[in-house]
Amino acid sequence: MQISGAQMVIEAFIAEGVDTVFGYPGGAIMNVYDEIYKQDKFQHILNRHEQASVHAAEGYSKASGKVGVAMITSGPGFTNAVTGLADAYMDSIPLVVISGQVPMFLIGTDAFQEIDAVGISRSCTKHNYLVTDIKDLPRILKEAFYIARSGRPGPVHIDIPKDITAEIGEFDYDIELDLETYKPHTKGNPRQIKKAIEAIAKAKRPLFYLGGGIINANAAYLVRELVQKTGIPAVETFMARGVLSFDDELLIGMLGMHGSYASNMAMSETDLVIGLGVRFDDRVTGKLSEFAKNADVIHVDIDPASISKLVNADYPIVGDVKNVVSDMLEQVEKIDSNNYESWRETIINFNELHPLTFHEDSERIKPQWVVKRVGELLGDDANISTDVGQHQMWAGQFYPFTRPRQFVSSSGLGTMGFGFPAAIGVKAASPEKISINFTGDGSILMNVQELMTAVEKKIPVINIILNNNFLGMVRQWQTLFYDKRHSETDLSVQPDFVKLAEAFGGIGYRVKTKEEFDAALKDAVEKNIVAFIEVIVHRMENVMPMVPSGGSLFNMMLLEKKGDK
Amino acid sequence: MTEDNQRRVVSVIVVNEASVLSRITDLFSGRGYNITSLTVAPIPESKYSRLTIVTAGSVRVIEQITKQLHKLIPVLRVYEHEDMVEKEMAMIKLPISENLSDINALCEAYNGKIVNAGENTIIAMVTDEPKRIDNFLNAIKRYNPKEIVRSGAVALER
Ligand SMILES: Cc1ncc(C[n+]2csc(CCOP(=O)(O)OP(=O)(O)O)c2C)c(N)n1
Ligand SMILES: [Mg+2]
Repeated sequence: MQISGAQMVIEAFIAEGVDTVFGYPGGAIMNVYDEIYKQDKFQHILNRHEQASVHAAEGYSKASGKVGVAMITSGPGFTNAVTGLADAYMDSIPLVVISGQVPMFLIGTDAFQEIDAVGISRSCTKHNYLVTDIKDLPRILKEAFYIARSGRPGPVHIDIPKDITAEIGEFDYDIELDLETYKPHTKGNPRQIKKAIEAIAKAKRPLFYLGGGIINANAAYLVRELVQKTGIPAVETFMARGVLSFDDELLIGMLGMHGSYASNMAMSETDLVIGLGVRFDDRVTGKLSEFAKNADVIHVDIDPASISKLVNADYPIVGDVKNVVSDMLEQVEKIDSNNYESWRETIINFNELHPLTFHEDSERIKPQWVVKRVGELLGDDANISTDVGQHQMWAGQFYPFTRPRQFVSSSGLGTMGFGFPAAIGVKAASPEKISINFTGDGSILMNVQELMTAVEKKIPVINIILNNNFLGMVRQWQTLFYDKRHSETDLSVQPDFVKLAEAFGGIGYRVKTKEEFDAALKDAVEKNIVAFIEVIVHRMENVMPMVPSGGSLFNMMLLEKKGDK
Repeated sequence: MTEDNQRRVVSVIVVNEASVLSRITDLFSGRGYNITSLTVAPIPESKYSRLTIVTAGSVRVIEQITKQLHKLIPVLRVYEHEDMVEKEMAMIKLPISENLSDINALCEAYNGKIVNAGENTIIAMVTDEPKRIDNFLNAIKRYNPKEIVRSGAVALER
């Protein structure tokens, strides 16, 4: 059929089953917005900043497993969105982000709101396109969705000049994609899998190292089965929270810089690491030369470049985790879970020695308590997003996650301002769940304008602001490593968060006691409108345990025993 | 794994499309890999181009380079050369007043000759292995070269 470039974008969205688009209009993308106005197949959510549009699309994608879609204009619209692209790239989140560009005849002339968008997005997208011919547009749209979601997922950016969205061309979306140069390897090599199974059967102290790739591959429930049938203990990365349920006896906890003592010790003592959908990030491994020093490594990942990048894999398996794990399950009877009995006991002992916990304080609420309490009150009924900082780590440590896609957080890039818009996207994707954003007094101000989006679209995100009057995580490092010189991290001067929420038409609470907190949360859930619950928490609390940057996992700073201040 | 900084030649077959070269050079600069030389030209009667990249790094770095290159969507194939024939071309502009027969003899030792003569200068050309081009350029110094251009290496696996 003969339609305009702008209509092609709409038709492609419909064909791809897109039900929500996040975005912000402007000159170069107006032709497409005109078509959005005319259609009723999907909703458009107008964020109040393009960065928020991309984060919302990320949240949407993480919660739903679908490709997130965002739409922005050229120039400043695009540059505002770059942080979101980079964030999605680091965390392998499938997105299609469409930007308007100045008309073709103006490209290269420093035209109004012209910027070399594909030049900028090249290094923070899985792939990108500048459309220069209407004939290419249907194929590019289709490729973009395919590339975003296949292989190791990631954001794909399409930059479309304004004259191309106006031009009429032939649209046929039933084309076969011919991507000769892009063929993700999804099936694991059977010989390697067999060898890996044999290695597991022979190991004395094997350990599952579970990563976010499992969630991307929709493999969490198969992994649960594998863990259960083998009786092998497991640690999760921050990205993998919810792969195993918090009450799974074989789940030791989170590992890494703020992982539990038992998790990090298990990694230090294991003789066989079974890495599934992981990438040996420096926040996970600590000092590389000391990481899992006594272990052989099985590494399963869809991205060949992740394998042996940092830690040499003795059993490299390139493939989709879901396929590989189901192949492993077919041979699982070769593994005798009784072999690991004493290993499991060792780990229980680690846990008893230094359990993951915190000390209550009689005067002020401890931030960790808030996370635990939300877990007790809402548990499985809530999806959890976070911003970046101490509160983020506490959410990862203390929330009782029960399922994959329950937890959304900016892990690889660590983007303050991610949480609130992401929680909006999460709520748009799964309205039946309560959408909680754990945030800080610093982070929340980085996308606070999203109050307007949430009010307008009636998206009742509950933002729990753990207010420590500090850029807490930076303050913690200053306390520990910069001799308490708290340079530019004191946030004593603050807005009235209650009034701030109210000014946009949301609801605000300021709580200082546990009772007040329970009441506020209950009320916010019932009111069902966007809320700020500001909790005044202990100012100087540190996230513990901690592996100082570049240190070894077994050399942790631990929570001081009660009384020895 | 050794951490030595060995010279490596990598050939990359890419789809001939806009900005594909930037994708490759961005990858090198963004990840801190170095490029000693890079040549690129279309492969006749195909939609592909072939790049030859001379780089250096440890075994692990080279492995990452080939994997990361392969990850780029328009990259069809990456060869990390083991046993190759490698050639490079150099052109040198020299004053016509120098001893031309000596120069010609020297060029011949490196598969070359004088290819152009002007009013004041001549241009000589040689084609050989990059290492031997180094030697040639050293030897030619005594004839006061005014300008030198090297093509960068191209390679084919045996
Ligand atoms: C956009 C951005 N800027 C700066 C940082 C560095 N940074 C990491 S954590 C942090 C403090 C966050 O403060 P807050 O949101 O109050 O959280 P808290 O650590 O106090 O819980 C900062 C500044 C960052 N991660 N992201
Ligand atoms: Mg704070």
